[in-house]
Amino acid sequence: MIDLKLILENLPSFFGGAYGEPVLSTSDGLIMTFQLLGLSLLLGLALSVPLALMRVSKKKWLAWPVWIYTYVFRGTPMLVQLFIFYYGLSQFDAVRDSWAWNYLQEAYFCAILAFTLNTAAYTTEIIAGQIRNTYYGEIEAAKAVGMGRWLMMRRIVIPSALRRALPAYSNEVIMMLHGTSIAGLVTLADLTGVARRLYADSYQPFEPFLMAGAMYLSFTFLFVWLFKRLEGRYLAYLAPRKH
Amino acid sequence: MFLQGYLPSILEGAVLTLEVAGLSLLVSVVLGFIGAMCKLSPSKPLVWLAELYSTVIRGVPDLVWMFMLFFGGQMAINELATRLGADAPEINPFVAGVLTIGFIFGAYMTETFRGAIMAVPKGQMEAGLAYGMSPLRVFFRITLPQMVRFALPSFSNNWLVLVKSTALVSVIGLNDMMYKADTAKSVTQEPFTVYMLVGGLYLVITTVSILALTWLENRYSMGVKESGL
Repeated sequence: MIDLKLILENLPSFFGGAYGEPVLSTSDGLIMTFQLLGLSLLLGLALSVPLALMRVSKKKWLAWPVWIYTYVFRGTPMLVQLFIFYYGLSQFDAVRDSWAWNYLQEAYFCAILAFTLNTAAYTTEIIAGQIRNTYYGEIEAAKAVGMGRWLMMRRIVIPSALRRALPAYSNEVIMMLHGTSIAGLVTLADLTGVARRLYADSYQPFEPFLMAGAMYLSFTFLFVWLFKRLEGRYLAYLAPRKH
Repeated sequence: MFLQGYLPSILEGAVLTLEVAGLSLLVSVVLGFIGAMCKLSPSKPLVWLAELYSTVIRGVPDLVWMFMLFFGGQMAINELATRLGADAPEINPFVAGVLTIGFIFGAYMTETFRGAIMAVPKGQMEAGLAYGMSPLRVFFRITLPQMVRFALPSFSNNWLVLVKSTALVSVIGLNDMMYKADTAKSVTQEPFTVYMLVGGLYLVITTVSILALTWLENRYSMGVKESGL
């Protein structure tokens, strides 16, 4: 029923090799998926820490814009966000005439932009929630040793919140791994894109999509395992007592 | 004229999107209950089967499932039809979309319902059985009304993710909001306006959902003693 030969012959293309080329020669398939995932997670996380601080601020003019941003990005599908950047921005002459157009007409750049802003919105809410949950004793202790506001944020509040955000963040990472699968809809050849191309060539739907699915599944397991280890290391003090 | 008169067409797509979302929710709730029952049953094969379902489905992107089940399903039907010597019927994208999304979110609902059923105190069910109620009646009279409160927060999340996932069904040819937007975009040459409108409509759907679900959560928590934290 399942054509093993078809899978074996096309295995290299899932790992980044085009037809007949050596493995890892181009940036397709798995490599593309990981580039999109890695870059957007990194940029998203970097954005979300300052945004989370603004989100929990008592100053309304700081907190409100971030609330609107996370509300809009979490309330709409990532596909729509991707299409707004990729197709939408070309509507304006001002955009097309600007230096930014060199980047904005590229699917790769638009995908990174949409994915980054999307994951930053979710991560901001996760981190902001954990900042609000900071145990009051930690803050009292910091004040008692004479730390100023920023020193306390840098040394106590943010590290402590980031640790406690780990379990929720692991879900976000897996959601993003799966979320990158829509990159193929704007011409990029990520894992799903490669599988789709193979389907278009061979008219065999099961083999390519099973292969892509199996790869997503194994990386999902890998991430779950990695985050378990991270939690064991950074949340050891919260683990239930062993005896 | 706004979007050269394409607004009604996109709104029609929004209605279809809502229909797909609502019906797939129904499918996912049914599958979720079956899954949760299997996971909580004493039968090892059933537990194992439900575990496989919820793990494998949740580990693979929606879009990959959609391609696999839509294209693969069509091929399986074609093959079956040739063996029977009949004409192969075309899969209806609406039915395929509803079944696929329902099938995917059934896996998430399985976990939601399993946790909620486990959160209902066992003694309640035992009391029902002791009064001579049948297990089915215990489920509908005692377990179900009480598990709603525990299931709602996670159910709400699943629903919001499900609504956003419906944006993907246009790739298998269903003329939902995204599909109509594609046509409107090509004709009007105003892609930004079109997709902002679609995004706005999704935001309306998710906002109304959040309000309704918060109301439900409050209703089902009525009379529950607060911890006073």
